[in-house]
Amino acid sequence: MGHLLEVNGLEVKFALRFGDLTAIDGISFTLDKKEKLGLVGESGAGKSVTGFAVINLISKPGFISGGSIRFEEHELNRLPEEKMRSIRGNRISMIFQDPMMTLNPVLTIGTQMIETVLAHRDASKSDARDIALEKLRKVYIPSPEKRLEQYPHELSGGMRQRIVIAIALLTNPALIIADEPTTALDVTIQAGIMELLSQLCETENMGMILITHDLAVVSQVTQRIAVMYAGRIIETGPSDYIVNCPRHPYTIGLINSLPGARKAGSRLTQIPGMMPNLTAIPPGCAFHPRCRLQEPVCKKSRPALEPVSAPEHFAACHQVDKTVDQDKLLNLLNEDNQ
Amino acid sequence: MAEQTALLELVNVVKHFDISGTFLDQITFKAGRITRNRTIVRAVNGISFSIQRGETLSIVGESGCGKSTLARTVLGLYPPNSGRILYGAKRIDNLSSQAMLAYRSKMQMIFQDPYASLNPRMTVKRTLEEPVKYHNKGIGASAVEEKVSEVMRLVGVDPKWAERYPHEFSGGQRQRISIARALMVDPEFVVADEPVSALDVSIQAQILNLLMDAQEQRKLTYLFITHDLSVVRHISTRVAVMYLGMLCELAPAKEIFSTPRHPYTKALLSAVPKLGAKDPNYIRLNGEVPTPINLPPGCVFHGRCNYADKRCKTEIPITTKLSEPTRVACHRVEEGKL
Repeated sequence: MGHLLEVNGLEVKFALRFGDLTAIDGISFTLDKKEKLGLVGESGAGKSVTGFAVINLISKPGFISGGSIRFEEHELNRLPEEKMRSIRGNRISMIFQDPMMTLNPVLTIGTQMIETVLAHRDASKSDARDIALEKLRKVYIPSPEKRLEQYPHELSGGMRQRIVIAIALLTNPALIIADEPTTALDVTIQAGIMELLSQLCETENMGMILITHDLAVVSQVTQRIAVMYAGRIIETGPSDYIVNCPRHPYTIGLINSLPGARKAGSRLTQIPGMMPNLTAIPPGCAFHPRCRLQEPVCKKSRPALEPVSAPEHFAACHQVDKTVDQDKLLNLLNEDNQ
Repeated sequence: MAEQTALLELVNVVKHFDISGTFLDQITFKAGRITRNRTIVRAVNGISFSIQRGETLSIVGESGCGKSTLARTVLGLYPPNSGRILYGAKRIDNLSSQAMLAYRSKMQMIFQDPYASLNPRMTVKRTLEEPVKYHNKGIGASAVEEKVSEVMRLVGVDPKWAERYPHEFSGGQRQRISIARALMVDPEFVVADEPVSALDVSIQAQILNLLMDAQEQRKLTYLFITHDLSVVRHISTRVAVMYLGMLCELAPAKEIFSTPRHPYTKALLSAVPKLGAKDPNYIRLNGEVPTPINLPPGCVFHGRCNYADKRCKTEIPITTKLSEPTRVACHRVEEGKL
């Protein structure tokens, strides 16, 4: 049986005055029903662009320049816009970071929900209202009838994000792309929203791509994680492996730079420098200027994702053999910091 | 013993904001009578604590709990409605702006968003020079220049870049520059309001290391405002938890994370995402944070607390000292039932 979503060698470019800028450079992943995949990386790694590419929403001057996106027997990037519209927002829904920005402030929750149903379904207004109520109950909104009459500003941040999730569920999608869904929320609310999303994947038989910069959140929710750096996936595998025995030096650095990884009060392990600008991605391995393990080969050839010790665990690094002993690498990194 | 060496002391500090607008806005016509209503945001309601020299006191809480207001009140950016603020045993909340000047160079602030807190039309050099020149009238040009390059080196920004504008720097670099600006006048006390919240994880580690180094080298005292509990755990000596303008709990960092006492602290800590923790078990709170406009009577937390009883609904809990350094404002803890 095929996968729900199969992305192969996806490439996204932005046509700028001085030439094309590669934002996504050949990434591949798959997703099944009920599966949750985390896309992790720092700002500018290309996580959001990947999300937008899947629903073909890259706006000019950006364009998908290569690769394929297969979803439920459709080749999404060759689909005419008309056909795409029957999939986007219908079979695939997207949830964004800031619920205040995604909800229309001058329309009631009810109007926005009913509009969405009517755009995709041949239903009467009262049927649409019933569907809206059903979904509001699914996301545990208290007194849903009352909420339909309310405007977004009358609700709290957590409640708004629940409404956004309810709207995403209206059309019974097979895939949800959640782009930093809890970044704007407080931790106590975040815990509730994450629990809800992961529970919905089970009950509604959906796949979910969770895009976030927060490794801790991702590791709690998803089965698999893909770590992105400068437009590529540099490590991917089961969440437990990525968190407990990462193999790419960047992932190792990222996990150990989290406060909490080391003794309170001691210096944090830091990765020197910063993510390269997309206009000046270093040749060879994009991470090599920041990498403690770099060798001449890292500057010349770009490493491909190769299987490492565990099944389904891949890392793109020439020096992957040296990362088995992580303590040694961490000692090196911490020595540099002193 | 502690009281004598305290660098800063807050006694029952209250800060309310009147948001009722003009006289005409306040008037309503109800049941045949004209009434005047004031709308008051009770941001900070009677907070007392002291900060010892050389320590890092962190204030944590969710959005809207009054932590930033408190920080600004401490610095005299907002005058408190009542209560006293003492700096080195001298009262500073009622000083004239002229008399306050002497304290301004001892107390500095670092803001959250390095994109908003640096003047885009000033070069780094001008930004850094300004406070020195202002606080040391008649200082020589070469002395200023020396100071600028000394501090720039300290925060890890090459002094060669002094003539550049903020937009030429990345987020992490900009935050280094705002830290440099705070350190220019050799302060003793620094208020850092969410200094790493806008930064990526790998950059966040760099900035936290910088803040810890600066503290060690210059014997700084920090008041650290943040919602990120893993950061708090890493850098704090003591932690104060705020909820709706009240202090729930104040305890040494180690203790608060190992044995939180207040029900809100417990819930807050349980909701923090932990790396690789599957099946997170967090404490669910009822409802949502009430607005600081209509504070609940009694304990502000009673409506959401799983342990609240009759007394909590009527009587405001005062912070009781448990064992010496730990203070908790909760009837149930005081009664020994929690």
